[in-house]
Amino acid sequence: MNNENTALAQDERLRSFEEYVGEGKAIEPRDWMPEGYRSHLIRQISQHAHSEVIGMQPEGNWITRAPSIRAKQILLAKIQDEGGHGLYLYSAAETLGISREEMLEQLQTGKAKYSNIFNYPSLTWADIGAIGWLVDGAAIVNQVSLQRTSYGPYSRAMVRICKEESFHQRQGYEIMANMMKGTPEQREMAQDAMNRWWWPSLMMFGPHDGDSPHSADAFRWKIKRHSNDELRQKFIDKTVQQAEVIGLTIPDADLKWNEETGHYDHGEINWDEFYRVIKGNGPLNKQRIAHHIKAHEEGAWVREAAQAYKQKQAQKYN
Amino acid sequence: MATDSQLDLWEVFIQGRNGSHHTHAGSVHASDKKMALQNARDIYTRRGEGSSIWVVPAVAISASNPEDAEAFFDPADDKVYRHPTFYQMPEGAKQI
Ligand SMILES: [Fe+2]
Ligand SMILES: [Fe+2]
Repeated sequence: MNNENTALAQDERLRSFEEYVGEGKAIEPRDWMPEGYRSHLIRQISQHAHSEVIGMQPEGNWITRAPSIRAKQILLAKIQDEGGHGLYLYSAAETLGISREEMLEQLQTGKAKYSNIFNYPSLTWADIGAIGWLVDGAAIVNQVSLQRTSYGPYSRAMVRICKEESFHQRQGYEIMANMMKGTPEQREMAQDAMNRWWWPSLMMFGPHDGDSPHSADAFRWKIKRHSNDELRQKFIDKTVQQAEVIGLTIPDADLKWNEETGHYDHGEINWDEFYRVIKGNGPLNKQRIAHHIKAHEEGAWVREAAQAYKQKQAQKYN
Repeated sequence: MATDSQLDLWEVFIQGRNGSHHTHAGSVHASDKKMALQNARDIYTRRGEGSSIWVVPAVAISASNPEDAEAFFDPADDKVYRHPTFYQMPEGAKQI
């Protein structure tokens, strides 16, 4: 009888929770929430945070080789922003009851994923252009949609991130535009970067809606506001024109404007590649995590010194 | 011997410019006040978003309980006379 009552009370709570988020209202850290909502958010926000942090690696690779002081300053500022984005998001995830230590552990042991795109190498300076323009461009489309996600701290982090992102995309597009005005070799380099980053950028939005494992809950709870395919289409529609303006070709023979739908049709995405990289077999999965662990371990003495200093100060003044 | 940890959690409040409120911006990890302030500056004011920062150890904050929100805030519910619209002004009176 008692159990039945608690079960009924739980149902009632779930119903009123879903009604509440259904009205477009925000959930805050201390509000009651179903366990599934909490765990979905922890997974999504921590993976988002990990992506920002791991995403610093392919770009960091080019800081010492940036072609001018201007380019170097811009790249440094951009990468510093990404570190900040990671921190906003770790903070948001922490409000759900997971610790920073646990999240790092999940990343370093491979239990938590990060965006597949950062397992590809940045081979030339044009890749820095392609990453800013295409990878940040795709991320922006997703993040703009997430500004209205139902969990307050996540939504606020997204608003802050979106304000900072538009410079990221513009600096990347500027690099591509400049290279397309350069020598034949530079134009070729830009086109080559475009060819390598285009498809992985489309994969960033995740599988087609029907194959997306957690999407039903995410929609009902208003964590997700637009489907993977909708967001991907939005990205394609705005990027095609930008490529045309600077003379780049999109590496998709099936890409064409569809008068009826008012959108571009595009060719089939190679999902085998997507799943192969997700399972850890992309070009750089192992290197990315090994580098993260190395940096983390090399920083341990700084954290230890800070703790020791704190303890010493406490002894002095207490 | 100190062990490796991600340090303590601090909440960050930023004042955009003199004359406005300090508003909650997010949180940082740090081992002391000075580090908390510097981290908050680097993380939340990279584009001149602030003229002043407060950092508060997260453990020092007391928050009202959302489960009790209805009872906690209901003393304000039946006091409509605290709002100017409650009062009937004579026809024709101006600037009041
Ligand atoms: Fe970012
Ligand atoms: Fe970015």
